[in-house]
Order: sequence, then structure tokens, then C-alpha cells
Amino acid sequence: MLDLAKYSSIGAALKDAMERFADETCLIEADREREKERITYCEFNARALPLAKAMQDTGFAAADRASIIMTNQSKWLISAFAIFYSGGVLVPLDYKLTPAEHWQLLQHSGTKLLIIEYPIWRQLSTAPGRASATSLQTVLVTEAPPNVDLAGARRWEEFRNATDAPQFVPRERKDIASIVYSSGTGGRPKGCTMRHENYLEQCVALTSLYPFWPGVRYLSILPTNHAIDFMVGFFGPFTCGACVVHLRTLRPEFVREAFTRYKITYVSLVPLVLKNLQKGLEAKFAELPPAKRKLFNYLVAINKALTKSRPRPWLSRRLLKQVHGAFGGELRAIIVGGAFTEPQTLQFFYDLGIPVANGYGLTEAGTAITVNNLKPFRADTVGKPLPGMEVKIVDPGADGVGEVYVRSKTVMSGYLNEPELTAETIVDGWLRTGDLGKFDVQGHLHLSGRKKNMIVTEEGKNIYPEDIEATFESLPVKEFCVFAANYIWPKRSMVGEQLIIAIHLESGQSFTNQLQQEISQRNNRLLNYKRIHGIVLNDEDFPRTASLKIKRNELADRLSKLDRDRVILPL
Amino acid sequence: MPTLDQTTQEVLKLATTHFKLPAGALAPEDDFFKKLGIDSLQTLELLSRIENHFNIELPDYEVQGVSDFKTLAERIQSRL
Repeated sequence: MLDLAKYSSIGAALKDAMERFADETCLIEADREREKERITYCEFNARALPLAKAMQDTGFAAADRASIIMTNQSKWLISAFAIFYSGGVLVPLDYKLTPAEHWQLLQHSGTKLLIIEYPIWRQLSTAPGRASATSLQTVLVTEAPPNVDLAGARRWEEFRNATDAPQFVPRERKDIASIVYSSGTGGRPKGCTMRHENYLEQCVALTSLYPFWPGVRYLSILPTNHAIDFMVGFFGPFTCGACVVHLRTLRPEFVREAFTRYKITYVSLVPLVLKNLQKGLEAKFAELPPAKRKLFNYLVAINKALTKSRPRPWLSRRLLKQVHGAFGGELRAIIVGGAFTEPQTLQFFYDLGIPVANGYGLTEAGTAITVNNLKPFRADTVGKPLPGMEVKIVDPGADGVGEVYVRSKTVMSGYLNEPELTAETIVDGWLRTGDLGKFDVQGHLHLSGRKKNMIVTEEGKNIYPEDIEATFESLPVKEFCVFAANYIWPKRSMVGEQLIIAIHLESGQSFTNQLQQEISQRNNRLLNYKRIHGIVLNDEDFPRTASLKIKRNELADRLSKLDRDRVILPL
Repeated sequence: MPTLDQTTQEVLKLATTHFKLPAGALAPEDDFFKKLGIDSLQTLELLSRIENHFNIELPDYEVQGVSDFKTLAERIQSRL
């Protein structure tokens, strides 16, 4: 691995990695059962530099912002390296957002250069909003079919200057490396400004527990715009000479096949996918004939006893050969993130000899704050703070539970263009996470709920109620407000979180089927994971500030006096 | 080549069988996430079944953002 303490930027570290690991395979890309390409660090570099030069020829310079809207593939990483090489600021956007949300974030981030896949551009270019992205000068489209109208964009594949070498633009550790949107689509964008230092420090901390080396193969499934995949599916493996495997489809049957075909070492998943994997395995175990099942359970019990203090991958692979064979036989750990994972699922995999690296993190904190170090494995906690992380519990109650605060070199510098929000979130250098938890005597963190008005789905999506209120704008009622139900009625739980809409009807207005249908129709316009689950009627004026903004805290406090189980009308 | 209406009916039939629902339980305009209470992963499984049935490949980007059977049938129809 490169000694990252010596580097001041992501670009400088990646540049050296290209030379150090030149002949190692860095990327494999497959579409279903077809392997599309396999390239070395040297070849990766040879593709990125002409792109960087062509970008620089357009005037793209240090601190300029470039957005990527792509599914996981080689061009994502090649483009990101070209951006960092040129001293640019990367804005990785979720390809699953709607065109309106994309335009909003392109405008908010001040994006100058956009790199996007053709099918997404086809929709985005015809949607209203382009005029708002006033900083946008160049759009590069990948994989566009021949003879199609590119709506002013240029082809990524042809956008290169291989005649001259690009200039490497150095950046300092304190300079902004990326703007990562943790939420804010449709509402108030929360663009976390991450410094180069955040990534360099996080990479050192994470790889000290879960190392990469040449020959390691990481299967990239979580979207690369997500902080976890950016770190463990790009920067981490690349600074260690490892290989990243991309699949162009996420159909379960092809993902399963990829494990065995490419002998995967690590993979990152969201809890939803992990649980699904568990269900599939459980169903297969249940189909075993009684004698075989008995033997299998016996082997699992032996494995469990022998791995009590630490994982023993070689032993587990021999004992439970078939299970490990289905995962390619070389899987060292499944990294799970994006949302809370239930202990029962973690234990299930550990008992099979497949450690799940669960932890706790926030984009604002530079991905991970705590990680299970497997010494020994604990399914009931989110692990211990990573090296370099200071974590404290503020205002603990009688049960020791309080708000989790974090201080570290990995914490973002703030929210883009939001000084007030930044000041509320980072206080005296401590990041207020809004999550509730406590430490046990072994120093493991236990999470037990949220203090903040937001939910995290099992798919790892952070949903802020304010962001979806625009969908209900001009609803024929006096006023409305969307909340995370657990924010109003605190619940010691990190799973099954839902949103509700509080409604105050006009005087004399009654709640009709027609109104319910309208709410339902609008709700259906939202992506499925953003939808609200219930309605709460309230017959008093909402408390408001002098500038007429709803005082959410006060309203939540008022609603909390109502009986949760009785007042929520399901949608 | 089947008509769009026939393709839609085929898709509904496949989904009905896949999720073990009574015949006629699903309609073209139904939002499958809401009506079936399924997540994105279960949708991918259904798509694989649909692909095998129609002998086509539906790239992930083609079905991105699609949540009702009618639109899904249109995407399939364009690849038949």
C-alpha cells in the first residue's frame, strides 16, 4: 500500500499508484456473463490522461467542479481520476435521482463539467431545468449510440487529447476534493464539502482493519457516488494495487455468478441485499435432506466454536466448503453499510465463517466512524471507533444513551453554501450526528435511535422530510408538514422507519376520500423509498416563526402528545 | 409480433404467477412497488423472469424509474 501520510491529495496518491502498480489489473468490467474488459493500472492511466488533457484544454482548472452521473463502471473511475489529476472538485451524483433533482444539484454545486451516461442524459437533456445550471459549460456523454442527437453534449470516447501530456495540478490536504450530497434533493440541498485530508485519513484507518493488496478483488455493487463505494471500491483498492470488478447489471443471478467467476475478496452491500442473501441461503439449507442438514448444522456449530475469538477464514472454508464455494471461495468479508443491520443477520453470516464488517458512519464524517474489528466479532454493536476518531456521548440519560458526537480529520468542512446549517452541525470541531447511542464497557458503540428528523431506509437511502414536501405543495389544505414518525414519537429502533404527513384542514373543511386520493396520487409520484406511510390530522394552527416558517420542533412536540397507534391514518 | 396490449397482459400474467396472486389481481396501471409491497431487489427477480419469457435483455438503465406494469410493457415491446 502507498504510504498515504506522504500525500497531500487524492490525485497525487492515485498518480503514484498508476506507476507503482502499473502491471497489476485494476479493473474488470462485465455485462451479465460477458466480460467487457480487463485493464491494468498502466492502461487505466493511458485512458485517463488524454481525457484530463482535453478537459484542461477547455479551461477546466483547479477547484473547478465536475459532476459524474453514471452507474458503476470503468469510465466512472477513469473520469474521476482525470478530474483529480486536473485539480478539480468531484461532485458524484446518484444516477437514480429524477431529472429535476439532477438539475437542482448541478446548479447548486456550480458544476462546470458534467460526465454522464447516454440513457441518463437522454432524459435529463429533455427535462426542464437546464437553464438553471448556469455554470455548466461542457457535457461529456458516454456510450451514446451513433447518429443520435446529443443535445449539445460531446462524446466521452472522442473527447481526448493524446498529443500532449496533461499538467498534474497539485492540491493541498485542506483543499476541497469533493461535494457529496447526503440529501437535499427536492428541498434544501446538503452538499458535504469533503477535503482531500478526509479521504486520505479515512483510507488509512479503514485499510488498517480491512487491508487491500495486489490480487484482492473487490466487487463494486453499491453505487460509486456513495461514500462507501468511493472509498472501498475506488480510492482504497487503488492505493493498494487491488482490482475492482464492475457489473453492468445488478440482477441477483449475475451478481451470484460474479462471486465464483472472479473469486471476490470483498464486497459492500446494503442491509436489504444482505438480508435477501440470508433468506436465499436459509431456503437452500432448509431444502437439504435431514441427514445432510444435521451434518451441516454440526459443522456450523464447530465453525462457530472455533471462530469465537477471531475469524479463521482458512478453517471456515474447509469446514463449510459448499457455502464458501458459492461465494467464490476467497471472500474475506462482506462490508455492510448505508443503514442499520440487524444483529441476527450479522450473526448468521459470521456463524458460516463469513465476517460482515458492519459499522456506523455518515457522509458528513467521511464514511465510517465505527467498525467492527472482529476481535472478537460482536453482532450486537456497531463496533469501536476507527483509529483517529474521537467519539463522545452528549447529554446521556439515566440509561447512558445520548447524542453521538464525532471529532476527526475525516469530518467534512461543512455544507456547501450553508454556513448556518454548518454551524448547527459542527460545534467546536465536533460533528453532531443526530443519532442516539451509548458505549458499553468494552468500548463498543450501541445505536438506539435518532434525534434528528430523518429516516434511513434498508437500501441505505437517507430521507429528509423537508425534501419531499415539494411534492405536496398547494395541496388543498390549510397547511401541512412531513415528519419522520420516530422523530415525533421517539422509538429505540434503527429499522422500519417511516414518514408521515401532518395536515391542518381549512376551517369547516372535512377530510374526504377525494383528499386522501390526492395525497395518495402525489405520494405515488415519489420514488418508492421516499413515500410517506400515513396521515396525521391536526386541528390547530401550526406554530410558525416571524418569517412564517413552520417551527418543526414545536409542532413535533405538540403531535407527540397524541397516541401514535391511533392517530396515524395509513395511506 | 404481439401488440402492446398483449405484451402488457403477458407481463401481468407473469407477475401474478411470480408472486402467487389470484388471476386478475393486477392491472396495467398498478404501481408494482406499492401493489405488491416489493423492494427493488424483488423487482429485479421479476425482471429476470420476464426476460427469460420474452427472450430479450432489458438493461438496468431501461427500467430505471419504471414502477408500473404498463410502462414496463412498453419498454419490453420496444425490444421485441
